[in-house]
Amino acid sequence: MTQNGSIPNDLREKISIRDLKFYYGTSRALNNITLPLYEHKVTAFIGPSGCGKSTLLRVLNRMYDLYPHQHAEGEVLIDGENLLSAEQDLNLLRSRIGMVFQKPTPFPMTIYNNIAFGISLYEKLPKSELDDRVETALRKAALWTEVKDKLGANGLSLSGGQQQRLCIARTVAVKPEVILFDEPCSALDPISTSKIEELIDELTAEYTIAIVTHNMQQAARVSEYTAFMFLGELIEFEGTSKIFTSPREQRTQDYITGRFG
Amino acid sequence: MAVSTLYKGRHRRNNVALSLCIAATVFGLIWLVIILAELVWKGVGGLSLSVFTHLTKGPGDNGGLLNPIVGSLIMTTLGTVIGTPIGLLAGTYMAEYGQFSKLTIVVRFINDILLSAPSIVIGLFIYVVLVAHGVGHYSGIAGAVSLAVIVIPVVVRTTEDMLTLVPVTLREAASALGMPRSLYLWNVAYRAASAGLVTGVLLAVARISGETAPLLFTALGNTLWSTDLLQPMASLPQVIFNYAGSAYTDFQQLAWTGALIITFVVLMLSISARMIVAIGGVKK
Repeated sequence: MTQNGSIPNDLREKISIRDLKFYYGTSRALNNITLPLYEHKVTAFIGPSGCGKSTLLRVLNRMYDLYPHQHAEGEVLIDGENLLSAEQDLNLLRSRIGMVFQKPTPFPMTIYNNIAFGISLYEKLPKSELDDRVETALRKAALWTEVKDKLGANGLSLSGGQQQRLCIARTVAVKPEVILFDEPCSALDPISTSKIEELIDELTAEYTIAIVTHNMQQAARVSEYTAFMFLGELIEFEGTSKIFTSPREQRTQDYITGRFG
Repeated sequence: MAVSTLYKGRHRRNNVALSLCIAATVFGLIWLVIILAELVWKGVGGLSLSVFTHLTKGPGDNGGLLNPIVGSLIMTTLGTVIGTPIGLLAGTYMAEYGQFSKLTIVVRFINDILLSAPSIVIGLFIYVVLVAHGVGHYSGIAGAVSLAVIVIPVVVRTTEDMLTLVPVTLREAASALGMPRSLYLWNVAYRAASAGLVTGVLLAVARISGETAPLLFTALGNTLWSTDLLQPMASLPQVIFNYAGSAYTDFQQLAWTGALIITFVVLMLSISARMIVAIGGVKK
């Protein structure tokens, strides 16, 4: 990022959202969104409840496809390939674009299997290699030291913060290119939150990250770029330091200073 | 103080409502206790090894209940084995694949009708299909099929309910990893709902092990030893039905004992169903 927080022009766009519209039935939830997600950067989506930031995130891995009557128009390019196209293989797409949810969602199986299961969906590995991958993923999620002696325990026996880090480990383990975080800390205490924020920071070395958050301090802490959304529109997209110090738009200013939302 | 009279009034109404609730509970429980006490009182006296080792015989011949017990075991097991997979598959379709389809609404409605259909109607239906036509005479298989028809709606209902209780976020999390729906079902959903699914099957078994009406028209009963599914087969409820109305006191005694055996088995099944749920916990 440049000195004044504006966007340098030598960045590679990992994902390019172009003129995206999204509908729940006939009601439009996103209006002509055009937005880049830069490679190996963290982009935060902020805005008041109902502004469409989670909807936008769920377009990026086609999560909305699980439900009827939801559809998207426009283009979302990942490395130049339109992921909204009907020919897109959704399972393969989702193995490239991982997602961490608001509430921890460990599967009802052992800690080890929670991670190994995702890996073995796409790779056939010998046991020793699989063990290594599980350990690496748990280390990356800063959970290894806490669980290394109880990998056989049920994933549900962990605390909320540990469960969320287990979910991050599970996502990281399948080696996606992009990770989407949907308010990953909203159900966690401050200590777990700061652990996960540190983690997101470390993950940018290898992954492109998008995070939806209600917490503006969090957006300021973890992201390099911030998109402010309001009523399904993208109001402003800038370097995070710029948007929090000298936003272009009055509505952005009002939101980040707590005047509404 | 105004607040105080308001509070006292509410307190009084609360006491009245609570007393009515307790009275209703006690009223219900009294009958249950009387029925069970009567059953134990009259049934225990007839319990002996010969009940389990002797076939049904003529009055005064020291007969037992071996053939009806074995017949009941065979038909209940077979009915469960036939009905459970159908119920599980249909319930899975409704909860997972057809959540938003009209077919699911129609199936759910018809399933609810089947769930509350008098079992004698089911017996008559199987009589027409398998006894009057298919096999051509009364048979164990016809009895098992009629029991299976009773199992299906119970299992469909519990399967759909239990799978629907699995949090949506778990399905989304599985999809977000690129997990195909079939693997999600096997490895995540069925696992999360396992306690509930097993309970559903056990409740269905408990329900059919006491069914009499559908067996009267289908398996008929058999006073001789027979495990041939194509021949008429004895069952406990049907023997109880016949013996309870008999003029012979030893038959009446066997009816009470048989009733006690069924009640005990059903009670054990219900208790194990509850224990499975308690141990399995509500997994969220």
